[in-house]
Formats: sequence, structure tokens, C-alpha cells
Amino acid sequence: MKTFQQLKKNLKNDFAGLQKVKVAVLGDTATQFLTQAIRGLGFDKGFDLHIWEADFNQVEQQIADSASDLYEFKPEIVLIFQSSHKLLSKYNKLKPEACSSLASNEIDSIAFMTDNLNSQLEAKIIYYNYTEIDDSVFGNYALKTESSFLFQLRKLNFELMPFAANNANFYLCDLSTIQNQIGKFNFFQSSIYVNTEMVLSLDVLPLVASRTLDIIASLHGNFKKCVILDLDNTTWGGIIGDDGMENIQIGSLGIGKAFSEFQYWIKKLKNRGIIIAVCSKNTESVAKEPFEKHPDMVLRLEDISVFVANWENKADNIRHIQSILNIGFDSMVFLDDNPFERNIVRENIPGITVPELPEDPAEYLEYLYTLNLFETVSFSGEDAERTKMYQIEAQRARVQQKFTNEDDFLKSLDMVSLVEPFNKFNNPRVAQLSQRSNQFNLRTVRYTDADIEKISLSKDYFTFTFTLTDKYGDNGLICVIILKQENEQTLFIDTWFMSCRVLKRGMKNFVLNTIVAFGLEHNFETLKGEYLPTAKNEMVADHYQNLGFEKTNDFWIMNLKQYTTKKTYISKK
Amino acid sequence: MSRADILKEVTDIFIDVLDNEDIVLNDETQAKDVDDWDSLNHIQLVVAIEKHFKIRFTSKEIQSWNNVGEMLNCIQEKGI
Repeated sequence: MKTFQQLKKNLKNDFAGLQKVKVAVLGDTATQFLTQAIRGLGFDKGFDLHIWEADFNQVEQQIADSASDLYEFKPEIVLIFQSSHKLLSKYNKLKPEACSSLASNEIDSIAFMTDNLNSQLEAKIIYYNYTEIDDSVFGNYALKTESSFLFQLRKLNFELMPFAANNANFYLCDLSTIQNQIGKFNFFQSSIYVNTEMVLSLDVLPLVASRTLDIIASLHGNFKKCVILDLDNTTWGGIIGDDGMENIQIGSLGIGKAFSEFQYWIKKLKNRGIIIAVCSKNTESVAKEPFEKHPDMVLRLEDISVFVANWENKADNIRHIQSILNIGFDSMVFLDDNPFERNIVRENIPGITVPELPEDPAEYLEYLYTLNLFETVSFSGEDAERTKMYQIEAQRARVQQKFTNEDDFLKSLDMVSLVEPFNKFNNPRVAQLSQRSNQFNLRTVRYTDADIEKISLSKDYFTFTFTLTDKYGDNGLICVIILKQENEQTLFIDTWFMSCRVLKRGMKNFVLNTIVAFGLEHNFETLKGEYLPTAKNEMVADHYQNLGFEKTNDFWIMNLKQYTTKKTYISKK
Repeated sequence: MSRADILKEVTDIFIDVLDNEDIVLNDETQAKDVDDWDSLNHIQLVVAIEKHFKIRFTSKEIQSWNNVGEMLNCIQEKGI
């Protein structure tokens, strides 16, 4: 990391061509150095930050006055830095009976400022939380005493989190964690504070700037999506090819604890939605063995989106991984214990982040924590789910590359479909798909839960649901057919819709084979289909024609007796 | 360390922090004699000197110097 002095020198660089962002800085202590550090680091991160800095201690005035310079500047980002030292000064002046309400009063004031800013600006607010100061008035008993300063400070830090969770435009910058990482003696220098009203030491400025830029960059779409792992001495201790699976260090063997904890961290990232890839110089089967069989491995093959183990050079392998995942190199992090490999990757893959892992694996995690590599400005439960789909897709894409012929690829997928009529378990999903399917939907008749239930009980209708599972995973229920008995000879295809996730897998043929077989079994003679065009379903305009139906008036007719079973690589479960 | 050596090292720190190769210091040099030696940069100079000589100035000392000579005295008093 650059020193403050080096960041300051960046200010003389040419910022032309970098992304411009207007940032307002409001602080209750002197923020000039912080501003310089942020603009200087912005240069290294590709930003030309136009910073307007409020006069010292003007936070509330600037925000409350709708005619203030702040609003005239129209920032896209508003940084608010209210220090623990000023909080302590406020507390010191309170009457004893008012001490217990410091935190809630501050939250009210922050909420008031947030509302004001939101009503005047389309800006994101970044608020620094409070670094801890223990004034030692109550000793440990402070933690049992609501009116103590430490109690109030920690309460305020806590209350800021639900407040941020409930205010979409309000982000917290975790200053408190920085002080925890480097210690208060490094974070704060009393002599400077007394002389200048600055609460940040020069040494901590680059860290604070970095943490701030992480949020700004994330808000502008620059964040990490994938971590690529080396295996030997990165994911486990030892060399799998030499030591054998029994002797690699993981779990309780040797310094295995360090690697186990590292793997738990990776697993948490994966659960958060980060894509995990492996890039290892090994024979693939040997490299995979611990993931499949070692009892102490935390990471399993299902956690890995792309697994590359061979003897090619790692830069080429990472390019290969990139081509499968189709994400930018700048959104990838490569973790490898070997400085030689790190350099090759760093030199050949522009934009990729390659941390200088410490020599001692015991220090990997503590070091990685300080880098704050995985900043994000959103998280939903779907992220984890989406990654799973991504992994499956990535695995399929990887295999497809190996096949020159599509049939071989489809064959290799080992696809299985479960065919069932509507029942109480699948009704909700059928209704949901009926509402959502737009593209692969022949008639786009929408059915609600209640409709679906009625149809499933009616004697005039025959219903089919199809799932699709392949060797990479389960796509769930992806296709629905409703057949209506028009007369003794004819079955009308009232509904045929399918999820676009499973296009080009031969599902159409499988479905048609299934319903033709059903028709023949029940002595029907013809299958009658209809295409009703909408703005979105052009994809299936020629659906029945392609499947061999004959056009008769506005309908498509298939004579069941003349049907020849279509080729499919999906088998019935 | 001799006073001349200290002066030379302090001058190098000034040149680096203020990013100005032309700085020449002597005992009588005051803040007003050096471009950009304002109160803000003074803090950066103080911290850089502290780091370089591995010493710490008190809050009072930081405010007390009227010229470079007094600053050098203070450094010498700390056993440099």
C-alpha cells in the first residue's frame, strides 16, 4: 500500500480520461489530508474524484440549509466523517441523566441528515462509524452501565447497522475495523490531534482512503466476483502429488488448522455469491481426490465452478477460466503461495488482483482480511442461489468445449427427466412458471394456483410436468404440458411452456415423445397444437412445424399413428 | 550524530515531503522562508522526522520551534 506521501504525489498526475465522480466531504474534524489521500488513491483506482470539502465542523449546517454550497455542488457521493473524539466532547458536556440517550440522539440526528440529503440530492451517503475510545471512568463495569461512554459508543455503532440496512442510500465505512486491525496507537496520534484537530494519523490515511474507495468503486460496478485458488500449500499444506492424500496438511495434521480456516473463509465467500475456481499444476485426478475423499476438506467439488488442474502455465489457464465464466479479469483474485506463479500471472493478466500472500500460511487469513478484497454494495439470498446456477452452467460450458459434436455433448450430460402429473407438491411451481414464462410459451394462457388445482382435478385434462437433472445439477421443474380432450380422437395442447434455462438440450423431443406415447396408450388419434403470437414468444413461432405437425387452418395437427419417435438423450426417471 | 548530519537529513526530509529539490535549510530558516511550509505540511514534516529518527515530539515541542535551529536542538536533546 502506498504511503500518504506517495498518494499526495499522485495529485500532480494527469487525471484526464479517468472516471469523474463528484464527492462531498463533511467532517467535524480536519479532513484536508483525508481528502488528499482519497483523491490520490482514486487516481490509482481509475477515478478522477472531484472533491468539495465543507469548512471545518459544518456538517449539520451544510446539510440543513437547502441553499448551501453542498447542494449547489450536487455531489454523487457524500462522505460524512464524525469522529469519536467529538462524540466524546459532546458526551463530556452532557448532564449525567442525559448520558444514556447519547446514542439514540445521535441516530436521530443522523436520520435527520439522511432524510435531508435524500430529499435534496440523488446521492449515496457514506458514513464512517466510530472508533472505540474507552474513557475508563467505569472500568469493565462500563459494559454494565448504560450511561458510560463506551456503552453509548458501541450502542451507536450497533444502531448504525440496522439504520444502514433500512436506508438504501446510506452506506457505512467501517473505520472501527481499521482501528482494530492496526491498533489505536497507530491509528491516532495525540500530539497531532492536539495541534491540528486531525484524528487520523498519517499512517492510517491510506487505509481509510482505501476502505472509502472500495465503497465508491463498488457503487460504480467495480468489485470482485471470483477467486481462483492454487491448491498445494495454498488450499492445503504439502504437495498432493508427492505426499499423497493421507499426508496433506488439513484438519489436525501438522499446520492443517491454518488451511482448514482458510477453506472455511473461501466457503463463506462462495456462499455469499463469489465464484470459486481452481488453477493448479497437478494431474487432474490427483488434484480432485482430496475434494472427493478427504474427510477434513471443507471445500468440495460442488463448491468449485471451474476446476483446472494440468501442467500448462497458469496465465493460460486463467484465460481459459475467464473464457468460461465470461467476467472481467479485474473482477478476479488469484491466490497462490508461489511468488513465481504470482508474478507470471500478474505480468500476463492485466487487471487481475494477486495478493502477496505471506510466507507463513498461518498468516494468510489475517493478511487477506486487511485487504478488504470482497467489497459489495448489495446482497440478497438469491446471490448464493445464482452462483449455483452459474457453477452448473460453467461446468457444462467447460465440457461442451471438449466436444466437437453436439450429440456427444448431450450424451455426456446424462440427462434425466421426472415426468409427473400436477400434484399438490408441484402446483405452486407450475402456477409460478405459468405466470413467468414468456418466450417459450405457445399460447401464453396464464393460470393461477386455483386454476391449476381445478385443472388437475378435471377429467377433461391431462397434465404433465417435467424436471431436468443432469450430471452437473438439478434444474428443477422446467416444462409444463396441459392436454385437453376435445373428443374421443383428439387431444388439444392447451399449454406448452418451458424454461429458457434448458434450451438446446433436446427437451422438446423428449416432451413430444412423452405426450405422443400417452395419446397412443389412451387410443387417441391426433394431437392438435396452436401458436398464439405475443410480443415475446416469437421464439416458438415455428415450433410445431419443426416438430413435424401439419398446418390445418389455424391449428397444427399430428397424426399419432404416423409418428416416429424423436431422437433424445434424456431418459425418463 | 553531528548537527551538520542531522541538518542534512532533515533537509532531505523537507525536499521529499514538500516535493521541492531547491530547499536549503539553515538554523535561521523559518516557515515563511520555505514555499508550502504551512501548518498542515508542518504536521507531515514532523511525522516524517519522527519516523526517520525514531523519536516522538511532545505536543508542546511541535508548537514551540521558531526556526529550523530550534527544531534541530529538540532532535539532539532526544539523543540523536
